[in-house]
Amino acid sequence: MIPMALMPIAVIVFGQFLPAYPLRILDLVLLYAMLGLGLNIVVGYAGLLDLGYVAFYAIGAYTYALLASPQFDLHLPFLLVLLIGAGLAALAGVLLGIPVLRLRGDYLAIVTLGFGEIIRVLMNNLDGLTNGPQGIARIDEAVIFGWHLSTPLDYLYLLVVLVVLTFLFVWRLQESSLGIALAAVREDQDAARGCGIDTTGVKLVAFATSATIGGIGGVVFASMQQFVSPESFTFWESLSIVLVVVVGGLGNPFGVILGAALLVVMPELLRAYADYRQLLYGIALVLIILARPMGLIRREYGPSWLVRRMTRA
Amino acid sequence: MATLLLQQAINALTVGAIYALIALGYTMVYGVLRLINFAHSEMFTAGAFVAVFAASLLGGVAGHPGVALAAGFATFLAIGFLGVAVETVAYRPLRGTSRLAPMLSALGMAVVIQNVVMLVGGRRPLIYPSFLPRGVFQIAGAVVTYKQITILAVALVLMVGLELLVSRTSLGVKIRAVAESAETASLVGINPNLPIALIFFVGPGLGAVAGILYASYYGVATFSMGFIIGMKAFTAAILGGIGSIPGAVLGGLLLGFIETFATAWMPALTHGLIGTEYRDIFAFSVLVIILLFRPAGLLGEHVSEETMVYKRDF
Repeated sequence: MIPMALMPIAVIVFGQFLPAYPLRILDLVLLYAMLGLGLNIVVGYAGLLDLGYVAFYAIGAYTYALLASPQFDLHLPFLLVLLIGAGLAALAGVLLGIPVLRLRGDYLAIVTLGFGEIIRVLMNNLDGLTNGPQGIARIDEAVIFGWHLSTPLDYLYLLVVLVVLTFLFVWRLQESSLGIALAAVREDQDAARGCGIDTTGVKLVAFATSATIGGIGGVVFASMQQFVSPESFTFWESLSIVLVVVVGGLGNPFGVILGAALLVVMPELLRAYADYRQLLYGIALVLIILARPMGLIRREYGPSWLVRRMTRA
Repeated sequence: MATLLLQQAINALTVGAIYALIALGYTMVYGVLRLINFAHSEMFTAGAFVAVFAASLLGGVAGHPGVALAAGFATFLAIGFLGVAVETVAYRPLRGTSRLAPMLSALGMAVVIQNVVMLVGGRRPLIYPSFLPRGVFQIAGAVVTYKQITILAVALVLMVGLELLVSRTSLGVKIRAVAESAETASLVGINPNLPIALIFFVGPGLGAVAGILYASYYGVATFSMGFIIGMKAFTAAILGGIGSIPGAVLGGLLLGFIETFATAWMPALTHGLIGTEYRDIFAFSVLVIILLFRPAGLLGEHVSEETMVYKRDF
């Protein structure tokens, strides 16, 4: 347990010495880690491909943007909006999940992709509500029990706490009876049903849980950037989160965090190459996947494995 | 009214034929490897750019149907070989690992190809020289351009050619056998690499031709144009039933009609409440609705659950 407990402390200590810009990137790593951990429930645990995860993230972000900005001159407190955003994202997850979870495999992937695009087009065109492509600016900074978050360092504290909570949550989820049911559904849906597992039911729970985490991530994103626009919620963004999960390690929370670090930091390091940056990024991506097709850290080397090893030694 | 409908039908058919050509590439790859080939959309873009290059080598495309044809054929071959190369480098080593790995490798290749096109062809939109004949004529009051007729003719020839290849030749038998089951096919002595390579030659080739037709039709090409078109063509493939060649054609045409008519009629029908900016939503909404009632698409066969889930970890 100790090395796991040391990680977040190390990140916070490390953060003290960083200038503002690298600190922002560290914040982004944590944000993507959180989104990756959320998506991992659906992709890694349940074995369903969701290509529209950004929709839930967008719902969270726009919830905060609308309820805590000059757009409608509403300024609800951060924690309240966090609950509302999480709730709305969960609701969207359930509403989308009920009809589509009967679909199998890739058809689910395509319908979620379509859902993500529909949400983005709506944000782009419901000008009266979302201010269209210009987005919503001057969003309130987060205030939690009198603590005013304004610098990247403040958000680092918040994000470390959230990532730790998400990590513990998904780990316990994986080990719970629900997690075992999801693993059964992933490995063989028909056999799982034969064992008396309500396959559609557990998939729906997984979908809604994952959506909730996405919604929370969106609320934090909106308060951190103080600006949202449909640009941030493209299909490419959904794919990036899938990349975090798959490059890092499908079904492994450690892997997801490592994947987030790699995929956020790599483009920043390549910034020096200007025009060639994206090209190099693409090449690196292909090489990483060719080298580690099952992800950087495989599924079995998760937190439970680490605990077992530590206690045995 | 009838004239207007006819006019829109012709426009829809043209766009639909282009979607269908691209959708064929997605559907063939999916049918055999169960892979969503994200790099396919960039074959479309690369095709449009390579064709301009080839035509300029041949002395410019203006006024010479022979040059247009030769450049088109050269592009088909070039992008076909590019497709085979991508398969060999980025997908083949991943066969038999997880199903997500090749998909994301395809995504990486899409980024690579798109950026190569951007670096060579430039960031700014390219004013596209038309590879298609100019001029118009009228049918019952509707204006039909020679461009549209040529697009339909080219698409038809390529589709019939593909259908003959798959249904009448021994290579086609091998393709169908591998699509049915690669393992069983290898038991009867079919090396799956050859049919797979052929698919990765023909699919991108068709996509490249679609790129030329599209850019010629609209008169402009950009390095990033593949993404949206690719997504729609993929939607078309799903709509028709992924893995099915007639399904891809039907899906493409259907998508062309849905988009054209919805864009033209929705604003009037809803008194301006739903405008043309929702065009992309129509396609996806129809897709969602069709999948809910026919989960395997319009002409799709039932795909075995075994091959569809993302569960294999070794």
